[in-house]
Amino acid sequence: MAAQPETVEQVRAVTEQKYKYGFTTDIEADVAPKGLNEDIVRFISAKKEEPEWLLDWRLKAFRVWQTMEEPQWAAVSFPPIDYQDAHYYAAPKKKVGPKSLDEVDPELLKTYEKLGIPLREQEILAGVEGSEGKSPAIAVDAVFDSVSVATTFKAKLEEMGIIFCAISEAVQKHPELVKKYLGSVVPYTDNYYATLNCAVFTDGSFVYIPKGVRCPMELSTYFRINQANTGQFERTLIIADEGAYVSYLEGCTAPKRDENQLHAAVVELVAMDDATIKYSTVQNWYPGNEEGVGGIYNFVTKRGACRGRNSKISWTQVETGSAITWKYPSCILQGDNSVGEFYSVAITNNFQQADTGTKMIHIGKNTRSTIVSKGISAGKAQQTYRGLVKILPRAEGARNHTQCDSLLIGDKCGAHTVPYIESRNRSARIEHEATTAKISEDQLFYCRQRGISEEDAVSLIVNGFCKEVLKELPMEFAVEAQKLVGISLEGSVG
Amino acid sequence: MIEIKNLHATVDGKEILKGVDLTIRPGEVHAIMGPNGAGKSTMSYVLAGRDGYEVTEGSVTYYGKDLLAMEPEERAAEGVFLAFQYPVEIPGVGNTTFLKTAINAIRKHRGEKELDAMQFLKLIREKTKALGMNDEMLKRAVNVGFSGGEKKRNETLQMAVLEPKFAILDETDSGLDIDALKIVAEGVNALRSPDRSMLVITHYQRLLDYIVPDHVHVLAAGRIVKSGGKELALELEKNGYRDFGASEAA
Repeated sequence: MAAQPETVEQVRAVTEQKYKYGFTTDIEADVAPKGLNEDIVRFISAKKEEPEWLLDWRLKAFRVWQTMEEPQWAAVSFPPIDYQDAHYYAAPKKKVGPKSLDEVDPELLKTYEKLGIPLREQEILAGVEGSEGKSPAIAVDAVFDSVSVATTFKAKLEEMGIIFCAISEAVQKHPELVKKYLGSVVPYTDNYYATLNCAVFTDGSFVYIPKGVRCPMELSTYFRINQANTGQFERTLIIADEGAYVSYLEGCTAPKRDENQLHAAVVELVAMDDATIKYSTVQNWYPGNEEGVGGIYNFVTKRGACRGRNSKISWTQVETGSAITWKYPSCILQGDNSVGEFYSVAITNNFQQADTGTKMIHIGKNTRSTIVSKGISAGKAQQTYRGLVKILPRAEGARNHTQCDSLLIGDKCGAHTVPYIESRNRSARIEHEATTAKISEDQLFYCRQRGISEEDAVSLIVNGFCKEVLKELPMEFAVEAQKLVGISLEGSVG
Repeated sequence: MIEIKNLHATVDGKEILKGVDLTIRPGEVHAIMGPNGAGKSTMSYVLAGRDGYEVTEGSVTYYGKDLLAMEPEERAAEGVFLAFQYPVEIPGVGNTTFLKTAINAIRKHRGEKELDAMQFLKLIREKTKALGMNDEMLKRAVNVGFSGGEKKRNETLQMAVLEPKFAILDETDSGLDIDALKIVAEGVNALRSPDRSMLVITHYQRLLDYIVPDHVHVLAAGRIVKSGGKELALELEKNGYRDFGASEAA
C-alpha cells in the first residue's frame, strides 16, 4: 500500500513528539569557562564553599585522572571526547542553593512542571489527601545542570532523623558523614569517568537513614541537563544505618541538542547490618535523533556496599535514553548473608549503543545475588550485557542466579552477552541462563488481527518480555516505565 | 453482507488467487474446501489484511465499506475475526492482558467506553462459562505451552469475547484429535447467530460434521470451481479433489 500524504504527516508528527523532554529552558546561567584544569577544580570547590579536605580530595583525583586513559573494553564506539571543550560548572544564575521554593526561579519551576515532577509540597500533599493516602508521598530533590534547586518534604523527614538534601548542602551541614563515606565505595582512583567525577562533581543527592528507621516515602532525584556544552557530574551518596530501609528513585532528562553531552555520575550506596537499600533508575536522557546525531553519553559508576550482616542492596534500572550507555551498577557483598540484586531493562533504538550489566562480588558467607537482565534492541542499535560474578575464597555457600534475555526487533540490530564468572570457593553455586528472541511478524499480525495497533502490539510484547523487571519498580513508576517502553520503540517496526 | 468480487492476489509475485467471487449474507456459514495449495490460507490472510499478500485486482465490500483499504486492526475493529490455523505464542503477555488490550482497542475504535478491570473480568467469566472452559487458561501467557486443543479453544474464547460480525476459521481442525475437535466445534456453534457470518476453511470434511455449513465451495487453483449445499462436502470426501484438476500431492 502506498503511503498517503496524511500518513506521512502523521508519522512526522509522531516522530517529532517522540522525545517530549527535548525543550530547553531560557535561564541565565552562571557558567565556568570551558576547559579542565586545576583552576577549574578549585573554581568549582570555591563556588561550593567547600572545606579544605574536599578540595584536596578533588585535586588528588584530578591528578590521578590526568594519568589515566579512557577504558576501551566496552563494545561501544564514539569519536574521541575533547574534555577541554566543555563547561564543568553551570548553575542557574539567580541563586545557588535557594532557601525555599519561593526563591527558585519561576522558569525552573515551569521546567519541572513540564517534566511532570511535583516540586511544590502543597501540590503533593493535596494529591495525597485526594487519593486518601493510597499513593505514598514522594520526596523529590531536583538537580538542574550542576545545582540542586529544591528538595521537598525535608522538614517531615528531618523529624525522623532522615537526612535528604543536596550533597553540597550535606558537605556544609554534615561534614563528618560525608567525609566518612564519600569515596568509600567508589574510590577516587576507581576508573576514568568516576575519577573525573571526583574531581569535578558539582551536586547530587545525599541520603542518610538513621538506625532502625524505615523511610516512610520514596526518595527521588530528578536530573536535568539544560545548558549547552556542559557535562553533568553528579554524585549521590546513600547510607542506610543498621536496620534502616530506603527506596530511592532517580529520573533523568535532557534537551535535544546536536552535540553529544557527557554525563559521568557516581552513585555510592552503603548498607549496614540488616539495612536495605532499593535503588531504581528510569533513565531517559536524550538518545540522539534517528540518524544518530546528538544525545547523551551516559558513563556512570554505580556501586553499593553491603557492609553489614543481612544487608540488602537492590538495583532496578530502566534504561531507554542516552546515545551511549556505559553502566554497571554493582554490589559488594561483604556482610555475611547479604543480598545483591540487579534487575535491568535496557532498550536501544536507532543508533543507540549500550554496554551495561552488573558486578556481584561475593565476599561474605552465604551471600546471595540475583541478576535479571532484559535487553531490547531495535533499529541499528547495538547492545551488550556485561556482567561479573566473583566468589572470593571466604564466601562459603555463596549463590548466584543470572538470567539474560535479549529481544531483537528488525534485522539490523545486535545483542551480545558477555558473562564473566570467577569462583574461588567450591561450595558456591552459580547459575547462568541466556536467551535471544525476536519479535516476529507472526506475533505482530496476530495482535493486529485482534484490533491492537502495531505500535501498541510492540509495546505489549516488549512489556511482556520485561515484566519480571518492571514489577520490581515502585508502583507509581511502573506505569510510567511501561509507557516509556512503548515510546522508546515508536517507529521501530514497519 | 460481504461481497468478494473477482479477487486476485499474489504472494512473493506469484499469483495465488485468480478471481474469487463469493457473497456471504449475515448469519450464513460458508465452507471453503480445497486441496493443499489451492489458496485457502491465502484467502483468509487477504481478508484479514496480512502484509505480503498483495491484492492485484478485484474488490471486497464489507457492509458497504471497502475492506481492502483498511489496516488489519481496523478490519478487526469493524468485526473481522480470523481464527488462526497456528495461533501465535506471545511469551510474558498474559491471556487476560491480551484480551483486555484487544477488546478495549476495538471498543475505542467504535467510540465505545473502554472496559475497566471489573467489567472486563465479569465479561470474561461469562464467556468462559458459556464455553464450558475453566479460567486457568486465562492466567497463562498467550498460547505459550498450550496444547493444540487449548490453542484452538483459546481462539474460540477470543472470538466469543470480541464478538465479530464475520469470523474466518482457518483450518480449525488441524492438529486436533476427535475429542478436541468436538469441543472446539461446540464452542463455534454456540457463537452462531443471525447477525454473524462465518467462513470455515478446511481440507477435510470431518469438521463440517460438527460445524454444519449453509453453503460449501470448492477452491481449486485460485478459483471457486464449484458451489453447493452441505452435501457437496460429502461428495468431496468420497471422490477427493481430483475432479478439480488439482493433484493431491500439492
